[in-house]
Amino acid sequence: MSKFKKNKKRESGAISTASLPDIVFMLLFFFMVATVLRTEEEMVKVVRPEASEIYKIEKKHLIRYINIGPPQDKRYGTEPVIQLNDQFADVAQIRDWVENERLTLAEAEQTKMWVSMKVDQDTKMGVVTDVKQELRKASALKVLYSAASRERTN
Amino acid sequence: MARREIPEINAGSMADIAFLLLIFWLVTTTIDSDEGVKRQLPPPVPPDMEQQEVKDGDVYNVRTNFRDELLVEKEVMSISQLKDGAKDFLVATGTGLLHPERPNVTLGDDNMKYPERQWVRKSELIPLEQSYLAAGQPKAAERIREKLTAIELFGGDYKELPGSALISLQTDRSTSYDLYLQVQNELEAAVNELRDELSLSKFNESYAALEERYSRTKEASLLEKIKSIRLVYPQRISEAEPRDASQGYY
Repeated sequence: MSKFKKNKKRESGAISTASLPDIVFMLLFFFMVATVLRTEEEMVKVVRPEASEIYKIEKKHLIRYINIGPPQDKRYGTEPVIQLNDQFADVAQIRDWVENERLTLAEAEQTKMWVSMKVDQDTKMGVVTDVKQELRKASALKVLYSAASRERTN
Repeated sequence: MARREIPEINAGSMADIAFLLLIFWLVTTTIDSDEGVKRQLPPPVPPDMEQQEVKDGDVYNVRTNFRDELLVEKEVMSISQLKDGAKDFLVATGTGLLHPERPNVTLGDDNMKYPERQWVRKSELIPLEQSYLAAGQPKAAERIREKLTAIELFGGDYKELPGSALISLQTDRSTSYDLYLQVQNELEAAVNELRDELSLSKFNESYAALEERYSRTKEASLLEKIKSIRLVYPQRISEAEPRDASQGYY
C-alpha cells in the first residue's frame, strides 16, 4: 500500500571470484618458499618421544642427523637400524661419517657441529649407547635428542 | 570475412585447481624439526685414567632396567616422582637462605643421603682471589670472581653444592629410548625449575626468560645473573660408562 514500496527487487551483483585463484596461488607460493624441505629421505620409521625441556637450534646448517629406528621397508627387517645420510650404516662407520661431515663445514665452525639424534621411542638403548660412544670417540660431543615438545608435568 | 566470436574460457575452476595443488603441497612436505633435548657428551676417557672416587652420599643414583623400571637411590620410583626427588637432592641443606618460601630439606635418618651444601663466604673469597692472582693463576682467580659476583647479586653469602655432588644415570641396554629420554628430561626439568624459582625470587624474572633475553641482546649484566644462578644450581648429570653385558643383572 505504501507509496514507497519498491516494486523492483534490487539485484545485488555476484561477488567476483576472479581473484580467488590468485590468492590461492599466492598462498601456495608462500608455503613453497617458506618450507624447508628435508634434504634426505627418511629410510627408518621414527616416532619421536615427547619432552618438555626443549632446546631449539637456531643455526640449522650446523646440524647433522643420525636416524635410528626400524626400516621403512619391511624387507630390511624390523630391528632398529642406523641411517647416516642416505644409507643404512654400521656403528663402526660413525666415526668416519663425523669426520666427513665436519669437513663440509667452514673451518671456524667445525667445532660447533651438532649431531641431532632422531631415535624411535621404542628403540632399545643398546644401539643408542653404542652410537653415543662412537660420537664421543669422534669428539662430536654436542648432541640433540630430537623430541616433540610438550608441557611440563607437575 | 565473418569474425568468429571467441568464447570466454570459464576460469571458475581455477581456484579449485590451485587449492588442490596447495593441499597436495601441505600434505607431502614434512618440515624438519630441529628441537629436542640438548646434551653435552663427556669427552672420551683415556684408558689409563684413574677412576675417581666419589662419596656415596654425594651421588644421586638413577638406574633403569630392561622392564623400563626406575631405581632411584636403591628404591623403586615412578617417573612422575623423579623430578621432585632430584629437586630434594639438589636443594638439600641450606637454600632456605635463597628462597624464603622453601624450607630447608631435613637430612634423612642416615645423614649421608644428601650432599651437604657448603658456605661460600665473601670474607673467605677475597683473600683467596688475591692469593691466586699473586700466584699467577688468572683462571682460578676468575672463578672466584664469579662467585663474588654471585654474592653481590644475591645480596649475601650463599651455599654451594660440594664439587662431588652429581646425579648419575645408568641405563640398561634394553631400556627403551623413550624412558631414557623421559629420565633425562625430568632431571633437566628439576634443575630448570629450581633455577626459575631462584631467579624469580632474586631478579623477578624466570631463568628461561633471562636466557632468552641474553641470547637476543648479549648483555653482560644478564650473563652475570645467569652464571650466578648456575653456580647455585649446576647441571651435573653424569652418565655412567656402559656396563659390560657380562656384568648385567638380567
